[in-house]
Amino acid sequence: MEPIRTIVSRFVWLPLDDADTDQIIPARFLKTTSRVGLGAHLFADRRGPDFPLDQPDAKGAKVIVAGRNFGCGSSREHAPWALADAGFSAIIALGIADIFRANSIKNGIVPIVVDAAFHARLAADRAAEVVIDLDKLTVSIGKDGPSAPFVLDAFSRHCLMAGVDELGLLLAQTDAISAYEKRVEAAS
Amino acid sequence: MSGQTLFAKVWDAHVVAPETAATPATLYVDLHLVHEVTSPQAFDVLRERGLRVRRPDRTVATMDHSIPTTPRPARGPQLISDPEARAQIERLERNCAEFGVKLHALGDDQQGIVHVIAPEIGLTRPGMTITCGDSHTSTHGAFGALAFGIGTSEVGYVLATQCLLQRRPKTMRATMDGAPTRGVTAKDLVLALIAKIGTAGGTGHVIEYTGSAVRAMSMEERMTVCNMTIEGGARAGMIAPDDHTYQWLAGCPEAPKGAAWERALAYWRSLQTEPGAAFDRDVTIDVSALTPMITFGTDPSTAIPIGSPVPDAGGDPSRARSLAYMGVEAGKPLLGRKVDVVFVGSCTNARLSDLRQAASVVKGRRVAPGVRMMVVAGSQQVKKHAEAEGLDQIFRDAGAEWREPGCSMCIAMNGDRLEAGQYAVSTSNRNFEGRQGQGGRTFLASPLTAAAAAVTGRITDVRELMAG
Repeated sequence: MEPIRTIVSRFVWLPLDDADTDQIIPARFLKTTSRVGLGAHLFADRRGPDFPLDQPDAKGAKVIVAGRNFGCGSSREHAPWALADAGFSAIIALGIADIFRANSIKNGIVPIVVDAAFHARLAADRAAEVVIDLDKLTVSIGKDGPSAPFVLDAFSRHCLMAGVDELGLLLAQTDAISAYEKRVEAAS
Repeated sequence: MSGQTLFAKVWDAHVVAPETAATPATLYVDLHLVHEVTSPQAFDVLRERGLRVRRPDRTVATMDHSIPTTPRPARGPQLISDPEARAQIERLERNCAEFGVKLHALGDDQQGIVHVIAPEIGLTRPGMTITCGDSHTSTHGAFGALAFGIGTSEVGYVLATQCLLQRRPKTMRATMDGAPTRGVTAKDLVLALIAKIGTAGGTGHVIEYTGSAVRAMSMEERMTVCNMTIEGGARAGMIAPDDHTYQWLAGCPEAPKGAAWERALAYWRSLQTEPGAAFDRDVTIDVSALTPMITFGTDPSTAIPIGSPVPDAGGDPSRARSLAYMGVEAGKPLLGRKVDVVFVGSCTNARLSDLRQAASVVKGRRVAPGVRMMVVAGSQQVKKHAEAEGLDQIFRDAGAEWREPGCSMCIAMNGDRLEAGQYAVSTSNRNFEGRQGQGGRTFLASPLTAAAAAVTGRITDVRELMAG
């Protein structure tokens, strides 16, 4: 996973509430046994001339701005795989579902929850670039525009900024895991 | 000092390394359930890094999501015509063989939907931590386990280390008191709860269900409630174990026996939330005031009493879109609307008692002309018991399809799906746009309400069809 420090990008304005992972990547694309290539099917059943991702200015954007409860529903990691494969590295939303949030961090996608006031400012300036700074935990509209803090726990931030994979950290705890297993088996 | 919650007791007993400001807790997983759709990429990671499955004895696999539910041949393997689905299933078989994981494959009499079979076999037990690459893993909380869905990266972590890095969630207590009136089921209770808290109401929380209505529920009803917890945004729902739980487990092949049973029982009895234990949030449902529920929109929180008018979108563009997608009109009830398909199945409502409920409405009636009714038992065991009672015959006599176990039209990735524009009443868990087939439109309801729609061809208040 590539380390992320800052993201500077235009954003796709996709103010859907409850954009569930079935919409992000419909189940018929889950028959793959691979992690790659899912970007072609991102929001497959919503695509078309009126859909924000299909507008000319969406090209090259790394950020999606969504509504409440983005990524709810199924635990399929195919959703962040599809988003990452399509070039996205942050979701800014009024709310983000728990499992999607956990899956995003493992795939280099920064989950950012903002309040309604900042969301409205983004809505008012849809051609702007956003600047996401993981050092300061802020998101701003333009380099000197309005800025808002966001919450990301220290560990998730570290994983994203260092490109760290949690599996390595868990494997480093093998002795503690073995000790736990011995203790539990002795007690039962 | 205030007492401990059920959740805290289970969480604390599984902490390998405690949480700090800088790092989440390392949490041990007692049981890891695996299926064909969310595991292939995780096994690939093990292979790439030269790792083994740490505890094959704590790992159990089945195939359910992409398998056909068409009749199985009397001899020989099930034919899977979809090459992608076949490749995925063969991959699971190879992965389980290579890594020494027990697999309940097609043809095994314990095959079925992962969340139906684990409790049936007795793998799911009070006080356990359980994960699976599936959001409806919350189902297992019905036994007083801490059970939650994970993504494929985490499936790989659990395969390799039997652990996850987790921040301790908050707790919510959902108290359901009162006796349900005629026609009101566990599905209606949980739909009412989700309507109350919203699709994100449980975000960051584990819900403990309590109250007289929960204590009175059978294990199957409790599984329906815990199953739908994720639709309210909470990853896990839990119910403290009691005599219903122990009676269920006593009949399971993998439950402890003899002295081990006595030791386990003593531990299970200790898992009650203590008086005075604090919850971060409380919500209550007056069960006696509920009627059968049905959803009108494209998320499970859009549940209303079956006779109530569809509420106005109130200027909310997402809600307005949802009404337009469903083709329903604000201000009018759903009653009387024609339906094309009725689906009785899924990890929410495909256990024996669900099939009995649906059969009680269908018995002596016919599926209405133009309606397709699919009944998909949750597992081979459910199917076998249902057939022993003659439920299959009731459904077949009425003109319904009696199919082989699997996730089927709940997720619509095996060929069982709605056509664009079709309306379904489904006992499953999600009415998202396209969930049951591209362009398909889903009303979520109980097995009773689904069966009433099947025999009348319209959305119907099942109480009109019930005796007494």
